[in-house]
Parts: sequence; structure tokens; C-alpha cells
Amino acid sequence: MNAETIIGKQSIRFREAPHIVSRASIVGKKEGEGPLGKLFDRIEEDPMAGQASWEEAESAFQKQAARLAMEKAGPGVPPVRYLFSGDLLGQLIATSFGVMDLKLPLFGLYGACSTIGEALMLAAMTVQGGYSDAVLALTSSHFGSAEKQFRFPLAYGGQRPLSSTWTVTGSGAFVLAHTGGKTRMTGATPGRVVDYGLKDSMNMGACMAPAACDTICAHLEDFDRKPSDYDYIITGDLGSVGQTLLLELAGKRGVELEGRHLDCGMLIFDPETQDTHAGGSGCACSAVTLAAYILPKLETGEWKRVLFVPTGALLSTVSYNEGQSVPGIAHAVVLEHC
Amino acid sequence: MAQEERMTEENEKKMNEVTDQEKVEYSELVKEATPVHSLGIQMLRAFLTGGLICCAGQGILNCAESLGLEKDAAGTWCSVLLVLVSVLLTGFNVFPLIARWGGAGALVPITGFANSVAAPAIEYQKEGQVFGIGCKIFTIAGPVILYGTVASWLLGLVYWVLKVTGIV
Repeated sequence: MNAETIIGKQSIRFREAPHIVSRASIVGKKEGEGPLGKLFDRIEEDPMAGQASWEEAESAFQKQAARLAMEKAGPGVPPVRYLFSGDLLGQLIATSFGVMDLKLPLFGLYGACSTIGEALMLAAMTVQGGYSDAVLALTSSHFGSAEKQFRFPLAYGGQRPLSSTWTVTGSGAFVLAHTGGKTRMTGATPGRVVDYGLKDSMNMGACMAPAACDTICAHLEDFDRKPSDYDYIITGDLGSVGQTLLLELAGKRGVELEGRHLDCGMLIFDPETQDTHAGGSGCACSAVTLAAYILPKLETGEWKRVLFVPTGALLSTVSYNEGQSVPGIAHAVVLEHC
Repeated sequence: MAQEERMTEENEKKMNEVTDQEKVEYSELVKEATPVHSLGIQMLRAFLTGGLICCAGQGILNCAESLGLEKDAAGTWCSVLLVLVSVLLTGFNVFPLIARWGGAGALVPITGFANSVAAPAIEYQKEGQVFGIGCKIFTIAGPVILYGTVASWLLGLVYWVLKVTGIV
């Protein structure tokens, strides 16, 4: 056992912390009109991205983001050897059809909306372990394909509950390598599946808040840190309902997150003008917010250290119809200015 | 030693498990934290939207009758025209906006039924005429059709029994 690397119950400390050397974010029109609109690399006005279906459009987003991230890494970075990627669609079709042309060895991941956390920590482990000089972490989601798979056809008229979230259309990509860039990943806490028995798939923030709390508390304990050791603890897509619950749950465990917590889902949309209700969601929600908002703040040194905790709700239409609950998962990575 | 280890393991397992009590407490917390639509406003909007659609239907009916159609034929024209308008509005992506504002007021009349058939037809067209539209057009309306038919059988049976026993 390597006591320097294996920390506490479930965490990892990276001795030679891999660097995030480049980042790319491509989003749809609605995200471009949101509060972070100006920060994204590219805004695709056409929700179909010139393709024939929502699924193909999502694949096109992934391909564009991956290419852009590798392009931005520049010639100083060794060529990307492996790719860690995933999405929300059945059998990961957005990923497999999106990255096909990149001709890179692929590890396909499913962590629902927490996928980018999983991809980043596996990429960092691969780099730190010496298995590759540069690795690409990638994910995507699309409002059209997600609605079609999990809820109703887009043209169906219905009312969304106020606790529901709006799936972000977009893709985020990150290249990790030994050196380069101004941010490094110094640690990670992979999350467990946490189930508090909730069955409301239209209130995913509430379903995921216990998982976020579990991972954050485990992380702080493993690293023997306090929330104040971070500029911010930033969850993926809990939304306003999930945030309230997370603060409450963490408070009960003696962890005060008030004032230290941000949520990508609450940053990406303006609920007043964009009719998104509790916030944004989807794999792309945390990924594009990381690429466009969080990493730049770390790169300039405005923030020194953040805990980035993408969250996922683990359900399918089958598990839901068969009466199963909606468990959650959250993966935490420590990102530091360097 | 082995027993001690097992005890701590068991203890740890207990600590990691979410108890029923915690689940109940959490679901109460969730209920408190989750905002809901205001019932009064929703009902008012549904009343206005549904009322407007029904007025339009009555208008068509009166118009058709004044043109000399039988009551049954006029009723059929009324349904057909409302369905047509709803399908067109679905195609132009206007119906979801009406339903979002008017809720059940737009969904309960025949316009909602037409939307629930047209929307999957548009969405699944990309998966082909047979496996797309053919298999999936009734994914939303299917239950209404199935249980509507079953309900009409049951009511037919009740009607028959009442008739045989001479009550009606």
C-alpha cells in the first residue's frame, strides 16, 4: 500500500499532480443566452448541429469539443493517447459515434451527470500512473436527446414541476498531462451510490443531494480538511432544491457549507428569464461550467483551490417504471492553481 | 482479535447504511424544500384555456349547424377541426407553449389527445416509418385508448344488465 497516494477511506492524493493543460466548451443557444454565455468557446445556434437527429447532434458536439481541446493544447503537449468519455444516452451512443473519427483508444464511462468527474479522475490516475503522457476527458448531453430518452417527445405539451431541471446542451473536453497549464489536480474522492429512497425523477436535485453530501464529507475526512480550506465546493447539477438540501444534510453532519458552496446548475441558467426552474442538469452542465467558468478563475489565481463535485442521478426509464428509487452518485476532484 | 475485527466491520456497515428513519426524515425535508406550482393560479389558467377551446368548439358546431349539417355530422366536423388545429400547432411547436401556460385546460380537451399522438410521430419519424412512427406513435396516447376501450366495455356491460333487468 502506498500511504502517500491512498488516503483515508476512499480518496486518492496525486503526488505528481497531473495538470489540466487545455479545456474546451461548446454549448447550445439557450446556454449561450445564459449568465455564462460569453465565457464558452463556441455557441452552436442550431440545436441539430447540422445533423439528422438529436443523438447525432450530441455526437457532433463531442467531436467538436474533443478536437478543440486537443487543438488548444498546442504542440508543446504530447499527443493524447487515451480517451475517457461518456454521456446519458443508452449504450453511450453519443460518445461512440462522436469519437469514432478521432481514432483514439476509448474508455466509455457511465456516471449519469457525474461523468466528467469520473473521467477526470481516471484520466489523472492514468497520467500519474505513467500509462500515458496525455489523456482526454470528455462528456456531453443534449436537451433533445435527454428529453426523448427520459421523458417525452419535445413537441408534447406538458407542465414541468418547479423542482425539475433543464438538461444542458453541450460538450466539455479537457486534456490532462504531466506539465503545462495553470491548474493541477491534486486529489480525488470517487463517490459511492447513495440511496435515500426518493422516487421522484422530476426532483433530481433532492435525489442527488445525499450522494453529494456523502462524497464531500468523506473527502474532508480523508484529507483532514475543512470547507474553508477551499475557495469553493462546487457541485454539478443539484439546482436550487438540491442546494438547500445539501446545506441542511451537511450541516447535520457538522460540515458548514453555507457561503462556500456553488452549483454549476445554478450558475449556467437564469431561472427568472430562461424558464429553467431549479437549474441546469446533464453531463455537460458541470463539464462546460468547469471549462468556461471554474478553470479560468483557477488559472488566474483568483481562486487557489476548489473541490469540484459533479453529481449524477442513477435512473433509467425501466428502473423508474418498475418502481425503483432514484439513487445518486457524486465524484469529487481537487483542483488547484499552480 | 478476529471477533473484534468483525464487530468493527459490522459497526461500520451499520454506519454506512441509510436507516428507514433517516429516509423518512429526508423525505419530509425534501417536501419542505421543494416548491410547487400555486394550485389557484393553475386552476384559473386551466379554466381560461379549456374554456376558450370549448368556446371555439361550440363556435364550429353552431357554424356547421347553421350551414345545414345534421347534429352528428356537425359534431364530427367540430372534433376533426379541433384535432387538425392542435396537430398543426404541435408541428409548429406552439402547442407546448399553450399547454405550459394552460396545463390541463389544453390537455384534457381533444386538443391534448391530438398533441399526444402528433408529438411522438414527429419525434420518432427519424427512427423509421415502422419501428419509429409505427411502434411509438401511441406511446403517450396508448394507455388512454386501451383503458378508454376497456372502460366502455364495462359501462356497456352495466348498461346491458340494467336493460335486461328493466331498470332503463
